[in-house]
Amino acid sequence: MIGDISDMDNKILSAQVNMDDFIPATEEEKEYMVQMRPSSTFFKDSVKRLLKNKVATVCFFIIVLITLAAIFVPMFWPYSYDQALGVIPGKPVDNTFNDLAPFEYGKAELKRIEKGESVVPHIFGTDAQGRDYFIRVVYGTRISLAVGFFASIIVLIIGMTIGAVAGYAGGKVDLIIMRIVDIIYSLPDMLMVILLSSVLKVVLEGALDGTVLSKIGSNIISLFLVFGVLYWVSMARLIRGQILSLREQEYVLASQAAGAKGKWIILKHLIPNCFSVIIISTALQIPSAIFTESYLSFLGLGVNAPMPSLGSLASDALNGINSYPYRLVFPALVISLIVLSLNLFGDGLRDAFDPKLDT
Amino acid sequence: MNTKTLMYILKRILLAVVTVWVVITVTFFVMHAVPGGPFVGEKAVTPAVQAAMEAKYGLDKPLSEQYFTYLKDITRLDFGPSLKSRGRYVTDMIFDGMKTSIKLGVIAAFIALAFGVVFGAIAALRRNKIIDRIIMVITTAFVSMPSFIMGSLLLVVFSTKLGWLPANGAQKNGLILPIITLSLYPMAYITRLTRSSMLEVLGQDYIRTAKAKGVSGVKIIFGHALKNSLIPVITYFGPMLAYIVTGSLVVEQIFAVPGIGRAFVNSITGRDYPLVMGTTIVLATLIVIMNLIGDIMYKIVDPRITLE
Repeated sequence: MIGDISDMDNKILSAQVNMDDFIPATEEEKEYMVQMRPSSTFFKDSVKRLLKNKVATVCFFIIVLITLAAIFVPMFWPYSYDQALGVIPGKPVDNTFNDLAPFEYGKAELKRIEKGESVVPHIFGTDAQGRDYFIRVVYGTRISLAVGFFASIIVLIIGMTIGAVAGYAGGKVDLIIMRIVDIIYSLPDMLMVILLSSVLKVVLEGALDGTVLSKIGSNIISLFLVFGVLYWVSMARLIRGQILSLREQEYVLASQAAGAKGKWIILKHLIPNCFSVIIISTALQIPSAIFTESYLSFLGLGVNAPMPSLGSLASDALNGINSYPYRLVFPALVISLIVLSLNLFGDGLRDAFDPKLDT
Repeated sequence: MNTKTLMYILKRILLAVVTVWVVITVTFFVMHAVPGGPFVGEKAVTPAVQAAMEAKYGLDKPLSEQYFTYLKDITRLDFGPSLKSRGRYVTDMIFDGMKTSIKLGVIAAFIALAFGVVFGAIAALRRNKIIDRIIMVITTAFVSMPSFIMGSLLLVVFSTKLGWLPANGAQKNGLILPIITLSLYPMAYITRLTRSSMLEVLGQDYIRTAKAKGVSGVKIIFGHALKNSLIPVITYFGPMLAYIVTGSLVVEQIFAVPGIGRAFVNSITGRDYPLVMGTTIVLATLIVIMNLIGDIMYKIVDPRITLE
């Protein structure tokens, strides 16, 4: 019988069924037939797109490198940012440490080298007060990055909250909030920043004495305050626009029908869907905050001395510009590199996380 | 111009007026919130002298009365006497500074516009070619460099090292370096703006039609493409002026230009409050007006645009 069936293979019109065709598929065969890739989330997709962008990836590594250096170098570097190397208690001030060119040493250090000790070189030289310039630049980078980062977080939190409330509530609340936003938005920001920080500096100096905050310095706090007051508006506008279109979606209606409260809907449904917009604009906010901080520091309204920031280092360097131009070049290079990398990385983020937005 | 455009313009003007009023009010109250008043830090003054001085400047009256007096004075462009430069009036000081600063700003703006548009157009026409790459790299670098760093570097190179141009803005040819410093950032920005909008326009149907008709390349650029790709540049007018104004604060400081920017910075460090208030208000009003003009022009040039 079996022989008969195999004979019939050749007969096209035969109604006989070949039973071999109906053997259940093995696991391997099943797997082979599956056409779908493992499901990928929006975030994974975006990161993949981001990694394909070489410029953005390189910039990201530069930022990480600079950040790590700013955090860890001060931990093992033998000099500190406010230590005048020529001044040792109980001894006459050693002026040979002042204004050293890169890789030069002070008198005491030369003696130690003769004895065979190893001395960590002053890679960038020292400043007029005999402080190691390299560590000051590293510290300045630390301050600038920290200010940029925290200022952006402040802007993000305030802008997101107000934008979400305005967008979701609508009606009169929205109208009032948006008129205030309009006015703040059309204020000349830099002038207001200068004005507010110059006054806050004076006001805060007295108020902060003796508190933990006085360590951070009145200037940085006034900078944060000013950012919190002025720069949240564009973030709020952005979030509001997103929420306005998102809240008409069916899943919001479904959530409302299920009895969800406004706060729940905003936090669980609307904000997560604004995620890409939030990431992009926060990333682009950081370099602009760093820009502002360095600008204010340059005008003498930034961090309090002896704490350095990249802007104040550049400003100090201007005094000795004819003899020591490299003192300007180092902070200038670092700040340009940071802002450039952050900007290009932000652009890459925008392309990766917002494929709809094609610019 | 239809009624909708007119309504929009009226709305924008109203917003601008409110903004200027907010600036004046904020400036006034912020300045009066400084503890100790403007005479702290001077040589020890007896209470009687301080009271006399406060009476002279009207500081002994209630705050609300001072505020309304100040508002009334501003409408006559009277910002009161300077506290630090004895016998000088803030209004005169501002106008003196403005003469230099306006020259500086206007020339910088023109240079930025002229070169920015040309470079942007070249980059767009030679897209992805080597010249486009060079232009984009340079403009990216310029956009990432704060004005004070740009100015300081130019000072080192052209004045200290090469000795071609004076470092002091008050000298002959002294305004050349500050003008270049101020124009580089907006120039780079306009280049990028023109490039991207030009690329968009070059992809439009009517450009293809013109090409198909056999119109020459130069004519397409200047007759068809350039005009439309300049629309976004108009929106940059306001921000550009804002940049030039704030940039001039540091640039005038670096090159010692006797302009309004330097007066402003010095007034802040010297706590000359009437001067701080006066310059803030004048500069802010200038920026608000330029933003207003930019927005209205944008609306008139391109009626397709619906602005909120």
